[in-house]
Amino acid sequence: MSHDHDHDHHQPHPYQPDIEDKPFSERMVMTQAIAELIVEKGIVSADELRQQIELMDSREPGLGAKLVARTWVDPDFKARVLADVNKASAELGIDTGDIPIMAIENTEDVHNVVVCTLCSCYPRMLIGLPPDWYKSRAYRSRTVREPRKVLEEFGTTIPDDVEVRVHDSTADLRYIVLPARPAGTEGWSEDKLAELITRDSMIGVSLAKSPNTI
Amino acid sequence: MSTKKFNPGDSVRVREAYPPGHVRTPYFVRGCNGQIQQFVGSFANPEELAYGRDGKPEMQLYRVTFKQSDVWQGYQGPAADTLVIDIYEHWLEPIS
Repeated sequence: MSHDHDHDHHQPHPYQPDIEDKPFSERMVMTQAIAELIVEKGIVSADELRQQIELMDSREPGLGAKLVARTWVDPDFKARVLADVNKASAELGIDTGDIPIMAIENTEDVHNVVVCTLCSCYPRMLIGLPPDWYKSRAYRSRTVREPRKVLEEFGTTIPDDVEVRVHDSTADLRYIVLPARPAGTEGWSEDKLAELITRDSMIGVSLAKSPNTI
Repeated sequence: MSTKKFNPGDSVRVREAYPPGHVRTPYFVRGCNGQIQQFVGSFANPEELAYGRDGKPEMQLYRVTFKQSDVWQGYQGPAADTLVIDIYEHWLEPIS
């Protein structure tokens, strides 16, 4: 017999607690209360609220990767991205909403990395919801103060003759890093190039993947 | 609508003020000297919006570059490393 089914069914298996099993924090209660109130007062309908959540969940780094890949093959498009990301994204059919997004380009001389020290501002419409570490106090406080050390921990070593430029997204802009196109990708299609462009490379904690990894 | 006070390249100092409430200028950069990198545009004042007010008049927003070594004493890294922060005009003072 490969599996013994005669074990004692009165002993429950250990299980992972559901979210509902944990106590509600004050902020969770407040979020729930505000959501119910704005629906009750008719400011937005429950369906509009759901649609907005669905829209945010539909956003993912592939959208940003598509944008960056196009900048790698089309210098005129890159110029338009650097001038106005929201407008240039619309050319690719990507709706980036009303919040202005700014693109910052990695070059031979400058490596850019993005942080929001005050909260967790992030170009969600282009690369989806931020990872938990982006919102952590450690990332937010250390990236402005010891960026090279933080980058090292992500496995990214920036040579001393390259400037590390940290962007603190404190106000009304969101930032997306345009990673540099790796050597050895000459003649690649946009779709194939996009596979090299990861979420982390658009935050600036890593570089684009090297061509021999895919 | 007010006209903008600074141009790219201007040297500025972040006001060393500690008002209570919702403030968008990070604590660590107050009192630091930097340089205007870019004028971004005017936006409803988030320090007013936070209290349900209309945020008018709109505030001018700049991207300001700081040398890391001017912000952090004993910064561990090359002198060329910089920090760029979005700062509203009422937080900036000209320095000659």
